[in-house]
Amino acid sequence: MSNHRFRLTRRALLSGAAGTVTLAAAPQIFSPAIAQGAPLKVGLMLPYTGTFAKLGQFIDNGFRLYVEQQGGKLGGREIAFVQLDDESKPEAATDNMNRLVSRDKVDLVLGTVHSGVAMAMVKVARDTNSLLVIPNAGANDATGPQCAPNIFRTSFSNWQTTFPAGKVLIDDGKKNVATITWRYTAGAEMIGAFKENFEKLGGKVVEDLTVPFPEVEFQALLTRIATLKPDAVFSFFAGGGAVKFVKDYAAAGLNKTIPLYGAGFLTDGTIAAQGEAANGIKTTLHYADNLDNPANIAFLKAFKDKTKLDGDIYAVQGFDAGALLDIGLKAVGGDTGARDKMIAAMGAAKIDSPRGPLSFNKAHNPIQNIYLREVKNGRNEMVKIAQAAVDDPARGCKLS
Amino acid sequence: MDLATFGVQLLNALQYGMVLFLVASGLTLVFGILGVINLAHGAFYMLGAYLAYGIASATGSFWLALIGGVAIAFVAGLLLENVFIKRLYGRDHLAQVLLSFGLILVLDEVRQLLFGKDVHSVAPPQGFAGTIQLTDNLSYPVYRLAICAFCLAMAAAIFYVVQRTKIGMIVRAGAENREMTRALGISFDTVNRYVFAVGIALAALGGIVVSPVSTVFPGMGDSMLILSFVVVVLGGIGSITGAAIGALLIGLTDTFGKVFFPSVSSILIYVLMAAVLLWRPNGILGRREV
Repeated sequence: MSNHRFRLTRRALLSGAAGTVTLAAAPQIFSPAIAQGAPLKVGLMLPYTGTFAKLGQFIDNGFRLYVEQQGGKLGGREIAFVQLDDESKPEAATDNMNRLVSRDKVDLVLGTVHSGVAMAMVKVARDTNSLLVIPNAGANDATGPQCAPNIFRTSFSNWQTTFPAGKVLIDDGKKNVATITWRYTAGAEMIGAFKENFEKLGGKVVEDLTVPFPEVEFQALLTRIATLKPDAVFSFFAGGGAVKFVKDYAAAGLNKTIPLYGAGFLTDGTIAAQGEAANGIKTTLHYADNLDNPANIAFLKAFKDKTKLDGDIYAVQGFDAGALLDIGLKAVGGDTGARDKMIAAMGAAKIDSPRGPLSFNKAHNPIQNIYLREVKNGRNEMVKIAQAAVDDPARGCKLS
Repeated sequence: MDLATFGVQLLNALQYGMVLFLVASGLTLVFGILGVINLAHGAFYMLGAYLAYGIASATGSFWLALIGGVAIAFVAGLLLENVFIKRLYGRDHLAQVLLSFGLILVLDEVRQLLFGKDVHSVAPPQGFAGTIQLTDNLSYPVYRLAICAFCLAMAAAIFYVVQRTKIGMIVRAGAENREMTRALGISFDTVNRYVFAVGIALAALGGIVVSPVSTVFPGMGDSMLILSFVVVVLGGIGSITGAAIGALLIGLTDTFGKVFFPSVSSILIYVLMAAVLLWRPNGILGRREV
């Protein structure tokens, strides 16, 4: 009797679990009308649900906008999309990536936002020699020790976005600074690069505060900051956590006496929800809302026309991924078989990006301006270029 | 740490614990009385916060959002119980887990359709928007203090209803022995339905009350669900008083853990749970299995 029960339960468990997994991870395949010649298959492995869903949506829209502007073709090839929700779950990332490259046989994968997922994708891309363009995840390792000819990044390395901030705080006369972030790789890398520059220039970090990722209960640490009384606080949070941190910081009245600085993600895509609490926060990033170069003005208008939404840096990163792929495909006349030539063209690309001039270093990480921005009138307005043409040192990368 | 800072941290701990209690109380009711593991509890917390955002931004009134959100959650709870949950009583936990996991996916999609993927914030109600100066450079939002008071009142109300009223007596009797309660002529099915709806409403209420100090974002229910389960297991399944004690313990552990042992603070509450379960395997106020 008990044996019988057990078998039933186990069977229910297995079929139930299998059903759930299929349901949750089934890729939504959007096959376009059959075109003449084989279309180039682009796998979009992005977070379409979960905490980073909005970022995934903007990257997706940015990339599609570029393709649409070229009449649906890059380098003469029709583009077909295979869409897969990575749910920002690192544990499912290897399987998802394998599904795209082995089963769906995509020619290129675009993904993703979450660094843990992206690093699993990098590993599969290295093992299978698949083309991968990372449109957001900033893990230093992807263009460091794990760099490869077939892996590109159109976003940033974590190091890159906050290294210039070290000088910004010194220039503002902030010598004693407390840092606060989530305790995970991105947080450590962002804060680490800031400290590297800041301490080299004579600054002193009085305390490194951390919260477990993705927890958003900051009250205890805000109280700690109030007792430390540093000249300024340098922080990194993103998404919902960034909104809550900035609001809690202002509600605790700390912004009146201790100015808040941070990586740009603190106030990017979150500013509407942060409201007045964000006023005066200074951050560094490779983009600002009011960059007045022609490429940016045209991009923002086109993005608004397509989506009715205001474009942001995530959309730009997706858009530039389209531009990068276009350059590679044009160089080989749409023939992805000429892989080496295509990669060489992509590596040498000079893109007039909405963010400003964009090129790539030997590890295929962007070389780009990092801007100092200040929150004014509900926008991240550019104060100045914090550091021009910032090149990630690509520590540990063996490519040359 | 001087006395003033210690006092502020104690306040932080109390406030955090109170919110945890409010959310976990619904879970412990449903778990303890109906014997149903409701994984979608966190999703209702999330949905409550989004409802607060939706109603408050449409009407401009937080109070309407509070009443409307709770009412919607309550009705949704009644419907869900009637259609799905009532088939789960007495079934093994696997079926319950699968159904409520499915509910998470559905509710997430509902949120997606109604509100999109954006992060939002909700303004605190009028009269609660100010702050109180605590130390020379630290102030405390009045609304956070109001949350403390509100949660305390809710705790007292729940305790009173469950322990001192006839309805509470029926509910407790049903949890003790379902068949006997039925045999005494009490329509236990109706009681079940309302208990489940109240549990859902409490989850949504937590989300609504927290929304002005928290942020409204898609994944907000996930961590809350885990913490709620820790509270319930810590306090003893089905015990309201136990949930209150558990929630306060977690508030204290988490707050002071972050201050004194920052490098291990993320595991401290689980260490606490393990320690308590070694000492009392059924939770602090849990009853021994018969």
